[in-house]
Amino acid sequence: MRADQEIIHEWIKPETRVLDLGCGDGTLLRHLIDNKQVCGYGLENNHQNIAACIKNNVNVIEKDIDEGLASIKDNSFDSVIMTQALQVMHRPDLIVDEMLRIGKECIVTFPNFGHWRARGYLGFRGKMPVSKFLSYSWYDTPNIHFCTFKDFEQLCVQKNIHILNRTVVDNEHQHRWWTNLWPNMLGEIAIYRITR
Amino acid sequence: MLNKFPDDSVGLVEPQAIKFTEALPLACGRTLDQYTLMVETYGKLNTDRSNAILICHALSGHHHAAGYYEGDNKPGWWDSAIGPGKAVDTNKFFIVSLNNLGGCHGSSGPNQTDPQTGKPYGPDFPLMTVKDWVTSQARLADHLGINQWSAVIGGSLGGMQAMQWAITYPERLRHCMVIAAAPKLSAQNIAFNEVARQAISKDPHFYSGRYYDHNAVPKTGLMLARMVGHITYLSDDGMREKFGREMSAGKLMFDFNPQFEVESYLQYQGERFSTAFDANTYLLMTKALDYFDPAADFNHDLAKALEHVSAKFMLIAFTTDWRFSPERSREILDALVEAKKEVSYTEVDSPQGHDAFLIPIPRYMEIFNAYMSRIAADIPTETNTAGQEGYHAR
Repeated sequence: MRADQEIIHEWIKPETRVLDLGCGDGTLLRHLIDNKQVCGYGLENNHQNIAACIKNNVNVIEKDIDEGLASIKDNSFDSVIMTQALQVMHRPDLIVDEMLRIGKECIVTFPNFGHWRARGYLGFRGKMPVSKFLSYSWYDTPNIHFCTFKDFEQLCVQKNIHILNRTVVDNEHQHRWWTNLWPNMLGEIAIYRITR
Repeated sequence: MLNKFPDDSVGLVEPQAIKFTEALPLACGRTLDQYTLMVETYGKLNTDRSNAILICHALSGHHHAAGYYEGDNKPGWWDSAIGPGKAVDTNKFFIVSLNNLGGCHGSSGPNQTDPQTGKPYGPDFPLMTVKDWVTSQARLADHLGINQWSAVIGGSLGGMQAMQWAITYPERLRHCMVIAAAPKLSAQNIAFNEVARQAISKDPHFYSGRYYDHNAVPKTGLMLARMVGHITYLSDDGMREKFGREMSAGKLMFDFNPQFEVESYLQYQGERFSTAFDANTYLLMTKALDYFDPAADFNHDLAKALEHVSAKFMLIAFTTDWRFSPERSREILDALVEAKKEVSYTEVDSPQGHDAFLIPIPRYMEIFNAYMSRIAADIPTETNTAGQEGYHAR
């Protein structure tokens, strides 16, 4: 399992209800079902992923998360997870609100645009960063709302969101001790656990 | 006639008429003292009787879901999904398909003889509800020795029966597949049904439903009913794609005969249907649709109605279906999520409207196949397979 998923795995309590927004092929949910006996659903709008979830024996619901989650009642889930999808949303701030409405706790992971490599790319080359990890060009990228860790934490302050945990990993999802020295410069992916 | 059936066909099939003599109390307050169900089965029931699947038919369907009848070159109505190696794989499952009560294909219904009078039931056949059908299907399951279905599967009105199964007999099915259905009809749905019913009952050959006695058939009414129904099964896009404004003569004729392709198509469909279907059954089926509302017994709270469900659900809707649109399937989905039930949902992009549920669209079949493997994986391992022959369909 990927290191970020391992961290999420540690944060999820056994036998709870979990909603995974943008659940991909259902790997994380499958793992949580097998090891933590959670129950829940994945939301996904990619057809291949939906079929993969069904093959993985994971409950999947076809849904464009950008349309909102209004049909889901308040506090329906113990945890709402969104891995690497926040930057794809049209309104990440509203999605975070919705996640905190339907879930008691939320786990969000996203790439840090303040990482030194991204800064270097833009600073020295004067072009939008393209890397192995963020391999799109500016015109075809689904990642329309990049932010840095600082930006996200500022949003949390504005919205009175409590950050319960934050872990920073590199693009291989490995946790390195030195990333904590200067996370906004050295961390590539952040994993936040937040609540109201 | 085909000499050789396709490899993925169940081949030659024969229906069986099963008689039930235990009285069946109905929602309308009346009772059917005895009744017959026309049934087809495909595949082999395992020794545990745990691999059975019930297929529920829609408004104009019947028991002949797959395979061929002697002398026919057209297979059953869902042959695209049922057969060896197909989504509903006859190598893995024992599939049961029946003609519902009130139907016109051999099960007790308006066009069958009432044993008490020796004459066709006609309009005296009691109105059936989805719940009544499910009760009769449970009796059929008992008769076949099936305690728990691997899955109950249906599209449209068939999907409503599948849903009702999960509500009425939670412990008797492991999976519930509801395709292109709705938790109840909208005013618009009911309105279309009423137009169809009016067309039939106002036909001078209807004779208040006793047309059998007059050796007559309300053909025009039935044809109009089917035409209006058919429009609701197709989508605007689909019709544009299929017919556009094509004209058979290639130019305007300035008369009232059909000249646009879509006109001749609808007339042909209506015509064909009016000779193959029973008018009283059509009335009864549309009423069963109108009356379906499982939430009504639970203060109109669908989540409450689904509270005791234990089956896992797979819901499928089609983007251009406006008869039972994806929004309607999402009502079922939201209620299941609220009731904390296991459910998956997908929306298949297709131009075919409501009809899409019968068409083997690749993405639809991919999801269908994937979910069927899940159903197959949930068949309990047989307790004793050595030296025992399973129950044979025929």
